[in-house]
Amino acid sequence: METPQLNSLYQQLILEHYRHPRNKAELDDKSVEIHLANPVCGDEIRLQLRIEDDRVAEAKFVGQGCSISQAAVSMMTTLIEGRSLDEAGDLAKRFTEMMHGDESAAKDKALGDLRALQGVSKFPVRIKCALLGFDALQQALQQSAGGEGS
Amino acid sequence: MTAFDPDRLRHEFPALDQEIHGKRLVYLDSAATSQKPRAVIGALSAYYEHDNANVHRGIHELSRRATVAFEEARGKVATWIGAAESAEIVWTRGTTEALNLVATAWGLDNVGEGDEILISALEHHSNIIPWQLLARRTGARLRYIELDEQGRLVLDDLSSLLTARTKVVAVSHVSNALGTVNPVAEIAAAAHEVGALVVVDGAQGAVHTRVDVRELGVDCYAFSGHKMCGPTGIGALWARRDLLEAMSPYQGGGEMIHIVGRQESTWAEVPHKFEAGTPNIAGAIGMGAAVDFLAEIGMDAIQAHERELMDYALGRVGEIPGIRIYGPGSLDERSAVLSFTLGDAHPHDISTILDAEGVAVRAGHHCAQLVMQHFGVSATARASFYLYNTKEDVDRLVEALGLVGSIFA
Repeated sequence: METPQLNSLYQQLILEHYRHPRNKAELDDKSVEIHLANPVCGDEIRLQLRIEDDRVAEAKFVGQGCSISQAAVSMMTTLIEGRSLDEAGDLAKRFTEMMHGDESAAKDKALGDLRALQGVSKFPVRIKCALLGFDALQQALQQSAGGEGS
Repeated sequence: MTAFDPDRLRHEFPALDQEIHGKRLVYLDSAATSQKPRAVIGALSAYYEHDNANVHRGIHELSRRATVAFEEARGKVATWIGAAESAEIVWTRGTTEALNLVATAWGLDNVGEGDEILISALEHHSNIIPWQLLARRTGARLRYIELDEQGRLVLDDLSSLLTARTKVVAVSHVSNALGTVNPVAEIAAAAHEVGALVVVDGAQGAVHTRVDVRELGVDCYAFSGHKMCGPTGIGALWARRDLLEAMSPYQGGGEMIHIVGRQESTWAEVPHKFEAGTPNIAGAIGMGAAVDFLAEIGMDAIQAHERELMDYALGRVGEIPGIRIYGPGSLDERSAVLSFTLGDAHPHDISTILDAEGVAVRAGHHCAQLVMQHFGVSATARASFYLYNTKEDVDRLVEALGLVGSIFA
């Protein structure tokens, strides 16, 4: 196996989101909440969304874990606020593709800051960390589509 | 016996002789599973290449050889931990199955509503969940020995935790998460005063220290082959013969029966009563080979080496800015486990960075979430040492931790 590039993994933007997460708070009037944990390593995220007119009006999270899991969910919340549920779903799909090594996804500007996480795809055991927040998002979207949301 | 030489010993372990990401592998995850010496790998191959057959069934020559080797291995393991006879060793998949065996086979017959089960907050999940399940099934109450700030058991009030209702006390010999060595003999003596059964999770105990179950004065001792240079999927439960004889079977199947009738059957003699189905024959033989390997080196020599290594590691790692080391400060109370956190770097990130430098450590809750809760952390990084580790390995760890410090500066 080639030597993994730590520099590509631990980019400043990731460490910056890890130390100063955006939207890390409880949401009072949430429409949906998904609590996901990775029992293998203890990463934990509670994603809370307020959904209005099929849009993500507000996205907050509470959680703990490694820099990758926490930075990814922090970046994700900044990107999905104001987006339609379909757009949020597309973002989750695109990010998952990037994690699985899709080069075109990695160049997709729609992913914004999340592109800093591209290096994670070279660290197979860490991909689950990056996807935890997006797994929560996909479950939240499914629940909302199923009518359990507001 | 020649002088203890970890550098020479290391060459007995083929898996250690490799580079990871261009650097010599430094394996500091032996508390998860140890590496295997040629002697053990050879015993497994030799069994499969020459003697493979089912045990206690066939009349033919291969079956005879397999049975002899399987039972000889049982004898080696029995001698190694000071059992009175080899019939006191029940083969299991590992420590976890051994503990489940006691909690189920003994527990369901002997624990009832309102009874108490005493365990500790230091336990691995394998010594918590079987007792939770037993408590749920029987209506018994699960109570805990608490931890102090160094991750040691608080035993001052042990006498108040032990009551006439206490049916079983289950504690680890050595903590896998912190390395804390528990005063098992002292706990056993107190537990016996109220008539409780004493069960010890020895997964990390027999690995690092000479164990004499009768000196410890316990009733059951569970341990695994793979932590002590043996194969995975094999372990043992030691219990006194009278206790095993009084216990109900655990699983039903072939080999554990005497006479089978339509409605009722009778059981084989101990230990076979607890060994339903074709056992892990190769694993048992491999565990026997591991015992031979360790016995030749000498557990006292291994323990002395690990103590020296831990002394060095605690000193060197302890100097790193931002480091927090968990567990007892005294080497007398600590085995070869170094659990730590470093600044605000999460243990997974620490582990990824160390791995890129060829240093293998564990990161996570170590199947000991109650210990993590006690210290208010979700995870720690854990370096664990064994007979093949050297001071140079510690230096490599310290050097790699320097890189963690610079990335998370």
